[in-house]
Amino acid sequence: MNLEYENSFEIQGGNFQEAGDISVFIKKKLQNLGVAREILRRVAIAVYESEINIISYASKGIIHISISPESVVIDAEDEGPGIENIELAMRAGYSTATDKIREMGFGAGMGIPNIMNCSDKFTITSELNKGTHLTIIINISNNDAEKNR
Amino acid sequence: MNVSSIVEKLNLKIACGREKLSQNVTGGYVGDLLSDVMANSREGYLWITRQTHQNIVAVASLKELAGIILVQGKEPESDTLEKAAAEGIPILITELPAFDIAGKLYDIVS
Ligand SMILES: Nc1ncnc2c1ncn2[C@@H]1O[C@H](COP(=O)(O)OP(=O)(O)OP(=O)(O)O)[C@@H](O)[C@H]1O
Ligand SMILES: [Mg+2]
Repeated sequence: MNLEYENSFEIQGGNFQEAGDISVFIKKKLQNLGVAREILRRVAIAVYESEINIISYASKGIIHISISPESVVIDAEDEGPGIENIELAMRAGYSTATDKIREMGFGAGMGIPNIMNCSDKFTITSELNKGTHLTIIINISNNDAEKNR
Repeated sequence: MNVSSIVEKLNLKIACGREKLSQNVTGGYVGDLLSDVMANSREGYLWITRQTHQNIVAVASLKELAGIILVQGKEPESDTLEKAAAEGIPILITELPAFDIAGKLYDIVS
């Protein structure tokens, strides 16, 4: 299969009106390209949680996605407050979500753990008062079958 | 069993997605935390929740859920309805609280 696709999407912080739109668009696009269901599921979760975090915490950001026959690479880069303690942010249940964000059903502290569960390779870098950068790689070939989330 | 038969059996009100009730229901999940539902729901599930704002639609669409059941007579917000109609996600309403409707759904689906 001749699988190639690349695109970037801009995200405005605080824009809960359109939250999830980019994830839904990307998932449909990949579905049309014939990406396998299990890969689709993992990409959808990873992009969704990245998108929601940028909307929830950053002032703006970009999600860049590129697909080759080998892998899906997602870069989520934002300008924002950054993350003070990355180890803590990666821990399930840790959240600094405000009441306003929690009222909408966010703030379980599961977003980053969900992303990690869906990635074959995950890196996160962050600088206080500058921003955060996630790189998520999901393998298409040699996709290890044990990963079921 | 498809969504349509469940709507009938559980006496659910259809807020939108009337033309999308043929999907086979494979199970259910109860939750008000969106990233919990993202992690733990599966394709074909009915999602029981008290969340009514439009962010529930993307979750249901991304996870290919069979539909959303709002509990205790909660009505979806207008932009939720708009999005759900556009995405073809059925939103159903029950007067019952989550525990009761989950119990009834479990009896039917499992
Ligand atoms: N892009 C970001 N910029 C700044 N802080 C972030 C960013 N992403 C995550 N964080 C911090 O890391 C914490 C954990 O993020 P995570 O996505 O795991 O959970 P959450 O967003 O709090 O809740 P959930 O994702 O379950 O709705 C957040 O509460 C926030 O403090
Ligand atoms: Mg999050």
